[in-house]
Amino acid sequence: MTMIFGIPVQALMGQLLIGLINGSFYALLSLGLAVIFGLLRVINFAHGAQYMLGAFVTLLLLSGLGINYWLALVLAPVIVGLLGAVVERTMLSRLYKMDHLYGLLFTFGLALTIEGTFRYFFGASGMPYPQPIQGAVNLGFMFLPLYRGWVVIASMIVCLGVWLMIEKTKLGAYLRAATENPTLVQSFGVNVPMLLTLTYALGAGLAAFTGVLAAPIYQVSPLMGSQIIIVVFAVVVVGGMGSILGAIITGYMLGIVEGLTKVFYPEASSIVIFVIMAIVLILRPAGLFGKDA
Amino acid sequence: MTGKSEPVQSGLASAHPRAKRIRIAIIMVSLAGLLLAPHLFYPIFLMKLLCFALFASAFNLLLGYTGLLSFGHACFFGGAAYFTAHAVKIWGWSPEAGILLGVAGAALLGLIMGAIAIRRQGIYFAMITLALAQLFYFFCLQASFTHGEDGIQSVPRGKLFGLINLHDASNMYYFVLAVFVIGLLIIWRFVNSPFGMILKSIRENEQRAISLGYSVNRYKLGAFVMSAALAGLAGGMKALVFQFATLTDVTWQMSGEVILMTLLGGIGTLAGPIIGAGMVVTLQNYLATSEFPVTIVTGLVFMACVLLFRRGLIGEFFASKLGRSLGFRPDS
Repeated sequence: MTMIFGIPVQALMGQLLIGLINGSFYALLSLGLAVIFGLLRVINFAHGAQYMLGAFVTLLLLSGLGINYWLALVLAPVIVGLLGAVVERTMLSRLYKMDHLYGLLFTFGLALTIEGTFRYFFGASGMPYPQPIQGAVNLGFMFLPLYRGWVVIASMIVCLGVWLMIEKTKLGAYLRAATENPTLVQSFGVNVPMLLTLTYALGAGLAAFTGVLAAPIYQVSPLMGSQIIIVVFAVVVVGGMGSILGAIITGYMLGIVEGLTKVFYPEASSIVIFVIMAIVLILRPAGLFGKDA
Repeated sequence: MTGKSEPVQSGLASAHPRAKRIRIAIIMVSLAGLLLAPHLFYPIFLMKLLCFALFASAFNLLLGYTGLLSFGHACFFGGAAYFTAHAVKIWGWSPEAGILLGVAGAALLGLIMGAIAIRRQGIYFAMITLALAQLFYFFCLQASFTHGEDGIQSVPRGKLFGLINLHDASNMYYFVLAVFVIGLLIIWRFVNSPFGMILKSIRENEQRAISLGYSVNRYKLGAFVMSAALAGLAGGMKALVFQFATLTDVTWQMSGEVILMTLLGGIGTLAGPIIGAGMVVTLQNYLATSEFPVTIVTGLVFMACVLLFRRGLIGEFFASKLGRSLGFRPDS
């Protein structure tokens, strides 16, 4: 068996793959956070809960209505996005004029409510979701389960798609302009409140999409959201929320670092991202890709 | 953390004399009530209440008077509980020495976390404190002295100054009450000191405080350490009251709880966090016997507070017609 640094290649590659998959989730989630923050100036604490909702909707669509994974991949983000739009319109939009911290506190309360409700009805234990793609391919140095390959590719496509939409389309141009100066954009006749609602819905939908991708890999559980969201916050601090691309790259990078830590020093794998965050803050407080101090 | 759209008057001018008299009367009545309370209520419940009231007041020192929202205060509260429990149980320290160690440990944690977190402002500050507290949580989960999921159990309360047996419930209660009152006096003195005034000026307008020549970061760090140390005082006491220290006290949910207490009672008021803590602890006690999950209620109260009464119960009362006619001001 081939060894690298005294570690079998298969173990190394296996953890690297897990790191890449976690990185895909981190990238998608921090992308959603960055998109919402960019325009709304709200840190969406409910992002984890929306991710969990995505996974649960997928599970319930299958068990309740017999709707398969591929349809859920479209339906769940739309449903959660709509819920997000309702929350934004009825409640969150009242807080824009306040200190930004109120947005964080409100979405924190929202996250607790959603998580508590699902815990009440479904218990705290995880529920499995059947693998939508069976089988694996032999890459020579390791077996790659096909579904995991799909997750990495799908997340990359969506990240790239959202980035292109923001950078290259007219809607994206409105969005970027509204980030810079909402009053001016509104005076040009663009419906900025609608743009804000759409943005929040997009962010929530992205979180739900991540949840659908995660459902067959992790157990679907009411607690899955709060476990990941704090790590994603650290990712966002490392990347700096000024740049969409920065959020994506940092997500993948830290996922891989976390995977490698599992190989070389497993005890530290749950804290490595927080440690990196602390180091980055000491060396470069604005974050790796951040412009604002 | 005052909303940009609702500026708060500065707290330099003293309140109306009538409000002052009412306040003194209320403090006297509450003190008398607290002295008599163990004859009427379950002492453990009262002590829990006092511990959380002190914790929330310590937290408010940072949020209410400096404008920094820490999402990681459980780290100091739960961390101090571990330090005190370990010192008293394993090293056989006296309770007062154990609590002092808890305070010192929490202050040290506060110094480290504060030094890193104050490098960013506002919303980033909240996220950084949350992440660093989570780092501490994982440390507690894996470190051997905390005994992981079991926690440190059957911690002896010992004898205070080698004389007073704290295993007696009423002795313990009056000890906790004394520490609580001392803690509040420290906070009151701190807030009304020149240091506290500078903190308020940072809260109101950080740029202007910088341009006046204050090294803002040093003041922020000072407030952070002070707040952490007092949170540690509350945590160390809680470990002695309940005679255990567990992971629950270092979770992010606990950090959220203390924010809720402060928000519900009234950010930036001295009485607010105490009343908020009283309500949250009572509510939890009440819900603990029912099937209904606490998390949902906590979440809904959070949302309601943010949407409907951002000043909190006390703050809204001070700002109301009745409060104003009695001579109170919104931020007193």
